[in-house]
This record gives sequence, structure tokens and C-alpha cells, in this order.
Amino acid sequence: MPDPVPAIELRGISKAFGPVQANKDISLRVMPGTIHGIIGENGAGKSTLMSILYGFYRADRGEILINGRPTAIPDSQAAIRAGIGMVFQHFKLVENFTVLENVILGVEDGPLLRPSLAKARAELKALAEEYELEVDPDAIIEDIGVGLQQRVEILKALYRKADILILDEPTGVLTPAEADHLFRILRNLQAQGKTIILITHKLREIMEITDRVSVMRRGEMVAHFRTAETSPPELAEAMVGRKVLLEVDKTPARPGAPVLEVENLRVVDAKGVERLRGISFRLHAGEILGIAGVAGNGQSELLEVLGGTMKATGSVRLKGQALDISGNALGRARRDSGIAHVPEDRQTRGLILDFAAWENVALGYHHRPAYGSGTRLDLAAMQADARDKMQRFDVRPPDPFLAAKSFSGGNQQKIVVAREIESAPDLLLIGQPTRGVDIGAIEFIHKQIVSLRDRGCAILLVSVELDEILSLSDRIAVMFDGRIMGEREAARTDARELGLLMAGVADTAAGRAA
Amino acid sequence: MDWTTILLLLDSTLRTASPLLLACLAGLFSERAGIFDIGLEGKMLVSAFLAAGFAYATGSAWLGLLVGIAGALLLSAVHGLASITFRGNQLISGVAINFLAAGLTVVIAERWFRQGGRTPQLDSGSRFTEITLPLAETIRPVPVLGPIYAQVVSGHTILVYAALLAVPLSWWVLFRTRFGLRLRAVGENPAAVDTAGVSVARLRYAAVAIAGLLCGIAGAQLSTAEPAAGFVRDMTAGRGYIALAALIFAKWRPWAALWACLLFGFFQALEARPDIFVRLFDLRVPSALLSALPYVLTVIILAGFVGRAIPPRAGGQPYVKER
Repeated sequence: MPDPVPAIELRGISKAFGPVQANKDISLRVMPGTIHGIIGENGAGKSTLMSILYGFYRADRGEILINGRPTAIPDSQAAIRAGIGMVFQHFKLVENFTVLENVILGVEDGPLLRPSLAKARAELKALAEEYELEVDPDAIIEDIGVGLQQRVEILKALYRKADILILDEPTGVLTPAEADHLFRILRNLQAQGKTIILITHKLREIMEITDRVSVMRRGEMVAHFRTAETSPPELAEAMVGRKVLLEVDKTPARPGAPVLEVENLRVVDAKGVERLRGISFRLHAGEILGIAGVAGNGQSELLEVLGGTMKATGSVRLKGQALDISGNALGRARRDSGIAHVPEDRQTRGLILDFAAWENVALGYHHRPAYGSGTRLDLAAMQADARDKMQRFDVRPPDPFLAAKSFSGGNQQKIVVAREIESAPDLLLIGQPTRGVDIGAIEFIHKQIVSLRDRGCAILLVSVELDEILSLSDRIAVMFDGRIMGEREAARTDARELGLLMAGVADTAAGRAA
Repeated sequence: MDWTTILLLLDSTLRTASPLLLACLAGLFSERAGIFDIGLEGKMLVSAFLAAGFAYATGSAWLGLLVGIAGALLLSAVHGLASITFRGNQLISGVAINFLAAGLTVVIAERWFRQGGRTPQLDSGSRFTEITLPLAETIRPVPVLGPIYAQVVSGHTILVYAALLAVPLSWWVLFRTRFGLRLRAVGENPAAVDTAGVSVARLRYAAVAIAGLLCGIAGAQLSTAEPAAGFVRDMTAGRGYIALAALIFAKWRPWAALWACLLFGFFQALEARPDIFVRLFDLRVPSALLSALPYVLTVIILAGFVGRAIPPRAGGQPYVKER
């Protein structure tokens, strides 16, 4: 049987942003009715390629064929006409509009809204029933959860009669249960004959749902596989260009004395909502405690309280000494008491983007004797120190004079991690250590965290990536709605059980289910 | 305070509020589309000057109005070019427009008419005259409603009625039409509009042009609608800024803008009647203090009485697609 005509064929697509070659001579064939995965590290050019296909960017060179016909896609309107719909990683929704208004935006039926809204309401109902995509059409976007917002994005594409649906990192913001539901929807869409392109950096998702997978690395398409005929290690190697250790290599923890004792921690935010509702736990030296949970369930607040930037009630003891949780603690006092903090948002909290790398490497530790005395800073020593740390932490390029904003996400994170780990802390607070960081750098950062643990540091790890929590932690606590839903030994639990806790199913029920 | 005084006060409230209202709606369209417009003041000023100058030269208030609008539109185009096409800082562009307007109007007026930076007095043929609405005299004897209709509602220039009509019209355009939906969307999340296949720049230019049109009418009203009779330097006297304050007070909503502008207009009307304070409270309020009243009120309202006013989210940020 001859191959059918590809739903999408890309030939020789190239795109440069200034000196950066985001896509180099890319060719790709996506067969109709398949789920086609595109995998690659951050910055490999996946999103750029798909944005070109959606007419958001224009390619410098190359050709796009839709169902065998050469098609020019100068703008998104043309992509929509060609039957392509896109669900961006960062949703393109108007937050204070209703679901219905977002769906019709740009494809209204005439200058007056009323008839357009009525038509969309009817059609949305039909789509919802057909594909398990129920959403209240009159809900305001900012009032509904991200899972539902994503459904609105999918509905937008379907309402525009898309036959080809592109999803860019769709599961990043979802709970495991929501991700499962999304995959059900995608299979449904596939069964109706839609073609789906799934962009992700998660190997597990590729293996779970795709029919074929293409791998991108540094702007180039490097390999194509049938999913059934490949394996995660093979894909990882294709992505990074060398063998990668997917599992974190670590020995069992040898916990020492308690370093951090948290009791009944409560936080009420400016709107009067209780964000932490009585958090208690203990963390020992030489141990990694992972805090799992869907973003926004109080993990950020916990980190901020411990980091000294948010007011809380309750008690926190560090090595037996009470810690100031009035929210007015000085960062310097925190550091001097032995706490290092890799904040969740490295770009706004961890770095000053316009400052050079060497200034960032010293940030917050300027008063230490190594950097000078009195009011005088020893710039030469600071720069040499930065050069040394950047080399040891494999920051690329290892140029201390480059501004922080010029490094990729992974290398920015390495700068922050180098600074904090090298301060030789007793307690490391680390939030989303590998968000937006590529596989090669993830492996490196994980190794550093484990080796710090082995040197006797207590580590509090907050991450929304369940895989990361599972592979790195010695103990795992799951947060939901400002509470700890349950605590598990990492060796004696799995993603399913944690997923239930993350969704707020009470400890006893989850225990039974497991 | 007697009935007649109240009616007179309300009458002048409506008159002083209407240029504020037009400017406020101008700002509303612009800011709802994500373009801050500090330059309302400058656009009004230029229009006030051009309208008066051309009304004097041609003898037609309508021609003056057209030229005034054209001038305001020109400044809008400059603002659009700076802030949409060249992605400049919208505040700076607006401030530049205000300085430009303040200087140019006086310089050109002096060169043109040689009367110290003002235009000559307009006679009643070359300005907008007050209109008596139908049945005003017939209804007047009716208690309460009669005098209100005859004294407060009737007897304004066409531009005042245009300003009042602009309120429901703006509301309808913004909330009942496709254009309005897109315009509001572009002020909240331009990327959503862009990915829907609609031009962000075109929408924003349209919004800025509407702002120019409304500012043009507001300016013409200041200089060519009775009782005004010509342009004097800096005659907008901060009305553009008060309109912006009213816009925040109204939380970027047309009907609320009407009430906010009427409030500010009321205080401006009070300014002209120090005798009221004498009669009511036996208090001689210095006129300088009275003149300051609308501005003081602006500060107080902005500082404390607005509550949570959430501006359009993409306001002030140029839209950049490529990284």
C-alpha cells in the first residue's frame, strides 16, 4: 500500500532571530489521523517551528504543504483557513472575557455580537458533547482553572474547524488526572480523524500517546521514530546528542539530626485567603524532602516564609533556634544562619538579569570576607571566583562578564544553583530547580543536589514535576489547598498514589486506593 | 440655596462636564485598546486653537470643528506612530504631544493674529450657538420637571448633546459590536487577538483615531461653543488630565465616565459661583481656592475613593511578537 499524502509536510524550513538560528533546514511529514510527537530540549526550536506552521512567525526559507498542496501561511488567519489550530503553551486567552467571547474572537459572524454569541453557544454545546469538552460558556476565564482554560483553547481551535491541532507543552500546568483527561480528549479527536501534533519535552508523554515522534536538537530535526519501535533512552540520547542518565543515581539517605522543624505554619494573604493552613514537618540533615503538588497549593508561600519574605504564624526552628517568620527577616540574616535559597522564579528573584554573571554569582554574599572587607569590594577576586564556579558548574558559555539575561534558562539556573550550593548551607530551599531547563542540565543540577545532600545538607525541594520529586526525594510530602495531604517514603510510593493526594483526595482514601 | 441657583448650577455643570466627558471617552477608547494617552490635553488644545482660528477665518463654526478634529487626528497619528509602529514609550509620546501643543498653539496664534497668543473674539455667526429644545417654553410651567427641562436640559450647544449621546454610543460599540470585542481584547491580551488572525496594529490605530476625533470635538467646544468666544493660551487648563482621572474613577466604563465627569463638571461649575458659599455657609472662600477645587478633588479621589480599579492589562505595553 502506498503511503497516504501527509496532512502536513514541511520542506527545508529555516528561521533566524537575529544571529540565532532557531530552525535550520527542517523537514517533517505528519500523516493524517496520527498523533505525532515533537520532542526536544528547551530552545531546540520546537515552538518556533510550530509558530511558523501557525503563521505566527514567518519562515525565512522553506515550503509548507497541507494535504499535499503547497500553502503559504503568512499569518494566523491563513493557518486557520488551512485548518490548523494551535494551543499555545501560554494560553492566548483574554482573561476577563467569557469563554464564549474568547471562542468567537476573530471569527465573529458579522459586525454585531449577539447573533455570533448565540451561534457559538449552540455549537459549543455540540462540541462539548462530542469530545468530552464541557465548559460553562458564560464563565469568566480568570475564574476557571488552567485545565478548563486549556479546554477553551482546544474548543477555540475546533470552533475554527481545525483538522490539524498543535499542542505546545500542554501538560506543563496540569495535574496527572487532568493530563489523563487531556489524553482521552486527544484520542477522541484522533478517532474523529483529526491530526494532532504534540510538542513536549516529557518522554513519558511521547511514549504514552504518540504514534510517531520526531526529535529536534539545536534547531535541527535529528531523528524520526515510530513510537512503538523506540525507547526513552534512545529518544533522550537523540535529544541531547549523548547518552543521558534518566534516573538519578543516588544512595539511600543517612538522615542526621533535625535541621528544620516547622509547626502549624499559617499564612493569610492580602485578600484574606488562608494560603497555608497549618503546615508541620521535620527535615533532617542529609535528607531531601520533596514537596509535591499542583502549582498554587501553597508551595510558593511555604518557600517564601522560610526564605524570609512572607509573614506567617506558627513556629519554625532551624537547628533548634527559632527563626524569624514575621516577613521582615533580612535576607542576609537568613544566609548567615545557614539557609540558601534557589527561588522558584529565577528571573525575578534569583538573578538581576541586567547584571553580569560575576555580579550575580556574588549576589547576597557580598559581605563575605572572600569578596573584600569593609566598604571595599575586591572585584578581581569576585570575578575570579565567578569564573571558577561557572566552570565547575558547567555554565555555558563560562564568561563571567556576560549579562545574566544572555544565558539560556538552564545556564541561568546553573548560575543560581552554583551561588547557593557553594555557600555551604545547612539548609537548601530549592523551588522548581529544573523548570525550563534542558535534559542535559537537569541531569547536572540533580547530581549537584544529591551530592550536597551527601555532604550533610538538609534539602527542601519544591517542584510541580512529579517525576523530579519521585526521583530526587528521600521523603515526599504532598500539598493541596494549603495543607499537607500526606507524607510518603519515596521508595514506597508511586505517581498514582501521589497524584490522588495532589488532587486533594484525603490520605486515608488514597492509602486505600493504593 | 434657592431653586434658581440650583438650576443654574446644574446647567453649567452639564456645559463644563461635556468637554471632560468627550476627552474621557477618548481616553477610554484608547486605553481600552492598550494605548495610554496622556496627550488628551494636547489634542484638545490644538483642536481648540484650530477650531477658533478657522471659525474666525471662514466664519463657519462647522469648518472650524472639522479643522480642529483634523488637527487632533494628526496628533493621534503621531502618538500611534510612536507607540504602535515604533513601540516607543506611550507616556513620553503623550507628554511630548502636550508640550508641542502648548507651545505651537501660542506661537502660531501670535504669528497669525498678533493678539498675544489668542484668537480674535468670535461673533455669534462663527460659533456654536445654544439650542432651545422643542417644547422647552411650553413645558416650563410644569412644576419641577418643566424648569429642569427648559433650564438644564435645553439651551446647550449641539456639541453638549453630542457628548451626551457619545456615552450610550460608546457603550454600544464597546460591548455590543465585533469591533468593540476586538478592541477590548487587544487592550487585555494582544497576543490573543494576533493568534486569532486579527491585526493588533490596525485595531490600535483605530482606537487612537477615535480618541483623536473625540478630543477634536472637545477642543472645538472649549473655544467655539457658546459662551466661549475664541481661543486663549492654555485654555484646556488641565482638563485632559482631569479626564484621565475621571477615566480611572469610572474604571474605564462609559456610563460611569458620565457620572464621574458630571461630578468633576459640578465642581468646575461651583468655581464660578463663590456667592453660593457665602449664602450657604456665610463663608468667603477665596476664588483661588475654589479654582483649585476640581484639582484637589482629583487628588483625593485618585488617592482614596477609587477602590480597586483594574486598568486594561496590556495598557502601556507595545506589542512585540518576534522575540
